[in-house]
Parts: sequence; structure tokens; C-alpha cells
Amino acid sequence: MNDSSYRKIFMDGLWHQNTGLVVLLGLCPLLAVTNTVVNGLGLGLATTLTLLASNLSVSLARHLIRPEIRIPAYVLIIASVVTVIQLLMQAFVHDLYRVLGIFIPLIVTNCAIIGRAEAFASRNRAVPALIDGLATGLGFTLTLVLLGAARELLGRGTLLSQAGLMFGSAGKSLELTLIPNYDGFLPALLPPGAFILLGLLIAGRNGLKARRQAASSRKPLLSQETPA
Amino acid sequence: MTGLQGIWRSALSLAAVAILGTALLSGVHSVTSSRIAEQERRAVLHQLGQVLSASRYDNALQNDVISFQDELYFPRGQTVTAYRARKQGEPVAVILKFAAVNGYNGKIHLLAGINRDGTLSGVRISSHKETPGLGDFVEIGKSDWVTGFTGKSLKNPNPEDWAVKRDGGVFDQFTGATITPRAVVEAVQRALEFFQANEQFLFDAPTQISTGMDP
Repeated sequence: MNDSSYRKIFMDGLWHQNTGLVVLLGLCPLLAVTNTVVNGLGLGLATTLTLLASNLSVSLARHLIRPEIRIPAYVLIIASVVTVIQLLMQAFVHDLYRVLGIFIPLIVTNCAIIGRAEAFASRNRAVPALIDGLATGLGFTLTLVLLGAARELLGRGTLLSQAGLMFGSAGKSLELTLIPNYDGFLPALLPPGAFILLGLLIAGRNGLKARRQAASSRKPLLSQETPA
Repeated sequence: MTGLQGIWRSALSLAAVAILGTALLSGVHSVTSSRIAEQERRAVLHQLGQVLSASRYDNALQNDVISFQDELYFPRGQTVTAYRARKQGEPVAVILKFAAVNGYNGKIHLLAGINRDGTLSGVRISSHKETPGLGDFVEIGKSDWVTGFTGKSLKNPNPEDWAVKRDGGVFDQFTGATITPRAVVEAVQRALEFFQANEQFLFDAPTQISTGMDP
């Protein structure tokens, strides 16, 4: 593997095959927690950590695990990794754990993680598997933060509220109230709002892609791939 | 023959993964468990300190504990824990750990510090499952709402004003979330009423061995 293929793996995970916007895996935690930027960021980072650890373990064990039992083996590996991360957070960053605690077990239910284990880590060496895990995790985080920002802004008129819970006292200064005395727009904070806004995000991404393709090739728009 | 061998090999390698995973988990658990217990204990003391300042008492609060049930004031069979704060043996306040049962989603667990004169020294939400981004504004980390209870008593405000503003009372509610604060206000009022009726029992009942505090 050379640098350009690493870059391809990275850009695939981050953008071309973005878990939230293209592959549409892991929608359960995505829709459940993205009512603020901070919640989205917290779950995104924890998911990235899980992806790194599970991709590495699956890649290292890929010759030992027989194909017939690979799915239960991956489930065991991912569940172990998530529980270890939960225990470590509980022991060493207890305050953050108290905020994100209920979301951590949700990571196990994110099918994007088993998806990367099956589609990538089980067929590649450790380094590309790590890069893939990092890129997929960051791409998922990006989606969570974008959706969180849209919902928080529409629903409450703020951005990064409760950042102090995550970044300590330094985070307090990040908390922005963009629309003072805003009455709030409840639907944006509830699951239906998450669905609608995610749909708009996907549409926006597809529009961006279509415009780029049209600009790079003068072919008619018909040649675009259909949205996933 | 080969098929049977394959099955055995699959089963063994799956068992190996399970054993490795379990070994990893028990290893991490044994390394972190004492630290986690210590963090939990500190979190409990920190929470108790938020509803009653540590300078007000000189006894070991987390050991001077009783627990009891009272269906009239604390419904749905919940077990209430009372931490008794004393200074030089004299009772100064009690911290009740109980739950509001009429929330939007499950019980809202509360801590309420009640001074001997019947005023609230502070109220905090210790855990809840209300809608994130809506009902969770009763949490101290998310808004100052819950500090509005400090200094209140059954006489201040009057009993008919112990309600959220929408119901004609004095306590704020949040846009789109009336159920959660309504449940908390009602539960705190009930706790004060219990204190008024059972002050003697709360301070004089012999200490029971604490079973620890739920998160």
C-alpha cells in the first residue's frame, strides 16, 4: 500500500462512503443523540475510539477467525471493546461519563462498526484498518456534529450549549446563544426533526456532489450515481 | 468427517474469542473497579454537598442514614433514603433521596436538603430519563432552574402557589416541557410535607446500614 491508497481509504471513510450520509448505517444512535452539538461530538468521538479498537482487533485476528463464525466473533469483539471503553471512562473521566454514559452502550448497536469489521478490517492489514476506522469514525462524527448543530440552532437558537460538561471551564466560553429570547422549535429536537434534517443534509451532500461532477465533466447530469 | 472437524474448529475458535474477550473485560474491571467505586462515592458526596453545604455539619453524613417507605408521600413503593446532618450532635438538616413519579418518562430521582426550620437548603436531580434537550433542563448542569427551590418552604410560597406558572404557581416551566418541572415541584412539596409531619422520626430513628446510593 502506498500513500495515495491510504488517502483514498481516508477520503472514502470521511466523505465518499460517509456512514451517516451515504451508507446510512448507525441511524439509531445518530437520530437519538443529535439534539445538541456537544452530544453529537461526544458520541462521535467515542464511536471513533471504538472503530479504531475494533478494526485493529478484527484485522489482527483475521486469519484466526473462520468465515462461518465471523459475525458472532465480531459481535463479541465489539461488545468487549465498548465495555472496556465504558469502564475506562467511568474510572478516569467520570464527569464526562456522567454526561455521555447512557449513549456509550448504544455504540454496540451501531451497525456501521460491524460493517467496517466485515467489509474492510477482516480483509486488510492493521495499518489500513486503523486508517479506515479513524476515517469512518471522523466521518460519522462530522455527520453527528452537523446534524446536532442544525437541530440545536433550529430547536433552541444556541450552539455548543453545555460545552462546559465536555471541555471543562474552558468550554463554557464556547457556548453561543445565536438567537436570544428564542421560543424554541420543538419538532427539531424530537426524532421527526432529526429525520427531516438528516434528509436535507443528505440532499445537500448529493447536490454538492452533482455540482462538482457537472463542473469536472461536461457530460449531462444523467450520468450521476443514484443516491444511496 | 471433515465437516465435523470444521464445526469443532469453528466452535473452538469462537470459544477462544469469547474467553479472550472475557479475560480482557475481567482484567480491565479488576483494575478499574476500586477507582470507579471511589469516583461513585465522591460523586455521591459531591451531590450531597450541593444540597447542603459541608460546613453546616460535622458528622459522617453518608453513614448517618435511614431508609423507609411511605406510600402516602412517596408513592409507587419507592424506598426513601434520609441522610441526617448534625453539628455537635444537634440535628441541623436532613437530605432526602426520593423520586418524582409523574415525570414524562420514568422516575426522576431527587435529592432535597431540608433545614430543621422546614426551609429547603437545596434540591438537585440525581438521575432521570426525561427527553434530552427538553425535560433535562431540571438538571443543574443544563440550567439554574432547580436552584429556585433554595430557601423555599411550605409557607413560602403558599401551598396553592406550589406549582409551575402554567398551573398558577410560582415555579418556571420550560417551553414545551411542563410535565417534568410539574412533577419535580409536586414531589418536593410532598417531601416538605413529610418532613413537617415526621421530623421527630427522621432525626431520631436509629441509623441503618446504608445500602449505598443508586446513581
